[in-house]
Amino acid sequence: MTTAAAAALRVSQLEHAYGPRTVLEGVELQLSAGRTLALVGPSGSGKSTLLHLCAGLLTVRRGRIDNGFARTAMLFQQPHLLPWKTALANVALGLKARAMPRAQRESAARTMGHAMGLDDVALAQFPAQLSGGMQSRVALARALVLEPDLLLLDEPFSALDIGLKGQMHRLLLAEQARRPLAVLMITHDVMEAVTLADSVLVMAGTPAGVRWRLDLSLPAAERSDEWIYRQTARLLAQPVVRAAFDLPAPPAARADATRALAPLPPDAGQTVVPEPADGARERC
Amino acid sequence: MASLLRAWLVGIPRYLWSGWGAIASLLLMVALWEALAAHYGPLVLPDPLATAHTLEQLGTRGGALWPALAVTSRRAFVGLALAVLAGSVLGVAAGVSMTASMMSRPWVTVLLGTPPIAWLVLAMLWFGTGDGTPVFTVFIACFPVVFAGGLQGARTLEQHWRDLARVFALPWHMRGADIYLPHVLSYLFPVWIVALGSAWKVVVMAELLSSDDGVGAALAASRAQLDMAAALAWIGAVVLVLLALEYLLLEPVKRELERWRDAQGARAEAA
Repeated sequence: MTTAAAAALRVSQLEHAYGPRTVLEGVELQLSAGRTLALVGPSGSGKSTLLHLCAGLLTVRRGRIDNGFARTAMLFQQPHLLPWKTALANVALGLKARAMPRAQRESAARTMGHAMGLDDVALAQFPAQLSGGMQSRVALARALVLEPDLLLLDEPFSALDIGLKGQMHRLLLAEQARRPLAVLMITHDVMEAVTLADSVLVMAGTPAGVRWRLDLSLPAAERSDEWIYRQTARLLAQPVVRAAFDLPAPPAARADATRALAPLPPDAGQTVVPEPADGARERC
Repeated sequence: MASLLRAWLVGIPRYLWSGWGAIASLLLMVALWEALAAHYGPLVLPDPLATAHTLEQLGTRGGALWPALAVTSRRAFVGLALAVLAGSVLGVAAGVSMTASMMSRPWVTVLLGTPPIAWLVLAMLWFGTGDGTPVFTVFIACFPVVFAGGLQGARTLEQHWRDLARVFALPWHMRGADIYLPHVLSYLFPVWIVALGSAWKVVVMAELLSSDDGVGAALAASRAQLDMAAALAWIGAVVLVLLALEYLLLEPVKRELERWRDAQGARAEAA
């Protein structure tokens, strides 16, 4: 967004290398309050590195990351719940780090747990006693109870079945409907990105950069399955995207496939996207 | 801590009740002993009742049992405490550094591979017949076990816990108390129990060869007098103390501390 919102995450000219191997180059992106940005790409396309840089888990060496959000939370690929703490204590972990008194943080954690569909029995149990889906809910509650402005998602739902994944998506969208929560998510699941995100950035190449951008103007809550399938198919019809995922030669491109989509030149990470129907316009 | 103590006290009756199977199995062993004793005669193997009687005599009249047990346990626990303290601290410290852990691993292998009896010979030359010899032998037998446990605990502290601590901005005391300590303890506690068992065995061996008092010395004396009943009574005392320690103290504490590990057990407890 050219008119800078109050809080935003701005990444400019970001480069990262592991030893002599450059994995990210010329990455530009901007995420403003309440928006959802999805980075999709094949495994090893540097998207996880980008997220870890944004989370401060890796040190930025070249380029800039400006995180203007007051509170950032993150969901890891696995739930990573502390096995020696009950679900409730796990949810309250971040609040404890803020030195909130026990009674207060437990009641806040309980409320958030209930909102995530965890009853008191589940909250009293240890992570090993919970199913995978329940563990994901605890992990989501642990992040959301901090009332973050920015949530970083490191493919947290990739191990869940389609039903559980849908439940987690609905919980996340409900939270976004409640208050402005910006989400930066990475995933290798194009459909998941199309389900949740306002903008989908496709990352590929060595070193990796943003190769394609898709802006979706329809609010995530109003997206039907059919709409999602169609948009996913359109995205996957793009030669650049197919090449990124190493898919076989593209089927005959449909004439309307490019309407909501705009290519990024492979050498530059920055371009202006043609305006979609309702005027959601962003630079990337 | 208070809740731990309460859980321990409340848990004891149910825990003892669950021990009937173990007791039945042990009684079967006593029956076998009785059969063997009847076959070979009291000179080779006194029967369980005679042994129990001797043990009772040692425990009440004259009172050789309790002073000897006190001396022996003092030595075992001093050696064990030193080994647990030094082994835990140094092991965890070594595990934190890659270089230190690579360097100390062969040392641990050498120490673990050296039989305690070899150390005992050295200790007898260095420390004579006082407390020094058994304490040193216990220490040197237990130290590498505990050290290896601490090393393992610190080395296996996975990157994702560090990331978690970072993302949730955990202050240093929470990193220690909520993440590092429970993780390391889950490695240390089992080796402490192993160390306790070997401390108790090694101290008796050390005393047998080097001391004038304690359970080991009493065993040596009964061997010299060919008093089989007394020898068996002393052995029984040693085993009973170990069993009591393990099943009345350590096992319940371990269950409470590691409830998270065994989901099935915790479910049964909740029911």
